[in-house]
Amino acid sequence: MSTPAKIYGPPKNLARRKFTNSLMITLCVVAGVVTILPLLYIFFYTTKSGLSSVNIDFFTQLPKPVGESGGGMANAIVGSIILIGLGSLVGIPVGILAGIYVSEYSKSIVSTIVKFTTDVLSGIPSIIVGIFAYGIIVLPMKRFSALAGGFALGILMIPTITKVTEEMLRLVPQTLREASLALGVSRWKTSLFVVLKTASSGIITGILLAIARAAGETAPLLFTSFGNSFWQTSIDQPMAALPLQIFSYAISPYEEWHRQAWAGAFVLIFLVFVVNLLVRYVTRSKYGAS
Amino acid sequence: MELRNESVKMPEAAADDTEILNPDHDQDDAETDKASKIAVQTESLSVFFNERPAIEDISLKLRRNRVTAIIGPSGCGKSTFLRALNLMHEMTPKSRVIGRIRIHGKDITSSSSVDVRKKVGMVFQKPNPFPTMSIYDNVVAGLRLNGKRRNSELDEIVERNLKHAGLWEEVKDRLKAPALSLSGGQQQRLCISRTIAVNPEIILMDEPTSALDPISTAKIEELIYNFKSEYSIIIVTHNMQQAARVSDSTAFLYLGKLIEFSKTRRMFTNPKEKLTEEYVTGKFG
Repeated sequence: MSTPAKIYGPPKNLARRKFTNSLMITLCVVAGVVTILPLLYIFFYTTKSGLSSVNIDFFTQLPKPVGESGGGMANAIVGSIILIGLGSLVGIPVGILAGIYVSEYSKSIVSTIVKFTTDVLSGIPSIIVGIFAYGIIVLPMKRFSALAGGFALGILMIPTITKVTEEMLRLVPQTLREASLALGVSRWKTSLFVVLKTASSGIITGILLAIARAAGETAPLLFTSFGNSFWQTSIDQPMAALPLQIFSYAISPYEEWHRQAWAGAFVLIFLVFVVNLLVRYVTRSKYGAS
Repeated sequence: MELRNESVKMPEAAADDTEILNPDHDQDDAETDKASKIAVQTESLSVFFNERPAIEDISLKLRRNRVTAIIGPSGCGKSTFLRALNLMHEMTPKSRVIGRIRIHGKDITSSSSVDVRKKVGMVFQKPNPFPTMSIYDNVVAGLRLNGKRRNSELDEIVERNLKHAGLWEEVKDRLKAPALSLSGGQQQRLCISRTIAVNPEIILMDEPTSALDPISTAKIEELIYNFKSEYSIIIVTHNMQQAARVSDSTAFLYLGKLIEFSKTRRMFTNPKEKLTEEYVTGKFG
């Protein structure tokens, strides 16, 4: 029993421990900086290259033919908004309901299958989803259309929204479900008005993430929405979209078009940002729960 | 029914609803008098989880307008028994309930759980107000979710039920404040007003004060005492002093079996079973 003094005294390897500690902290800080650098750089570079070409014409004019200066991407901006809207119509309800099913009614084998399928679906390259939409909408309709594009974007949104909904619902304490059921509230009302409502802020974040991803998708639109240089707002016709426009302008040999592509990239990021703020404002919690 | 009408301040709707729960009431008059005094009757009630019994063969008759305490060491099946009474085990996967449960004489084992739970309210161990709702919305949550939305009526319901749960004076100026801004004890009383707002006849309480301080506990025990005239209360408690203070009869469960059920006074002074005596005197448990 002569050891207690040793326990309270300074350990022999204190210097090494302190070194290891600061080394690990340094590594964490470096990793943190590495994570935010690309994001900051993207923001900075896009703003720098794009902002100068953004003017009122960019939002109100159609693309001009090669050689003429000026013009804008009004049709692509409106097109992107319509496509994301169509995608949301497909992706949000299906995603949320599937998430509720998997989380709240997870006894059956069906929910296991749904869960597995959404995991697989989230790993499918977006261009494959585009080909799928091409196969089941473009081919029978015999033309490219915004409908097919929106459908492809919607399919891409489903797995993210399902997953987030499921996870957020699982975080809702069981006692809240029981509290509601114990009041004689039916199961579906409990799921919808108590559990979903409690988890809503997390689910909204997931939906915004899905929308942001869909807004930037180019590949699935290539064979579906196709792009359009003219005004086009009916959804059974080919429609322009910002990512498509950026893509075709960026690979063109013209300096003027390159500038427009940067402006398009800037507007796309800005658009996602605005949607984000708007949705958060509209759905903000009364009680400041995040 | 006779007993019911004597009770003070019965919400208007309740009389009709009792009728619904007792459709065969008038038919066998001989049974009526006896049956009307029984709020809850279980016959050989057993609950299995994963085919393992949690409670076995419990037969009890719990009187109307009385407080019945259920005591026993952890894991003896107190909560399991309580949760069987409002069919809460339907939510638990791989659970099986056998035996009969009669609420005011009517066998509920095959009834719709939604209807049963409107008559058999429950207060939980940890206060669980709905976090996205205000104090006001919490009180009327059960009514709103079941489709009652006339606002003029709701104001009155909120005031009446908060007063009833002894919370009105503390919250009347901030009904729109989030429910989570209340203290734990206040939250539990809010949960009680939420429970009584749907006009139950029986209230199940699953260790309602175990997360609360002594002062909040005393307030809730006082409520339980005052509620007797209107509700039949079944309370699960770990605290034997609490059982002795609030209840009229006590059931002692051990290892899933009913060991003894008698008047509380007798249970704590002169129990029939040796096991009960050892438990209430603190020799085990």
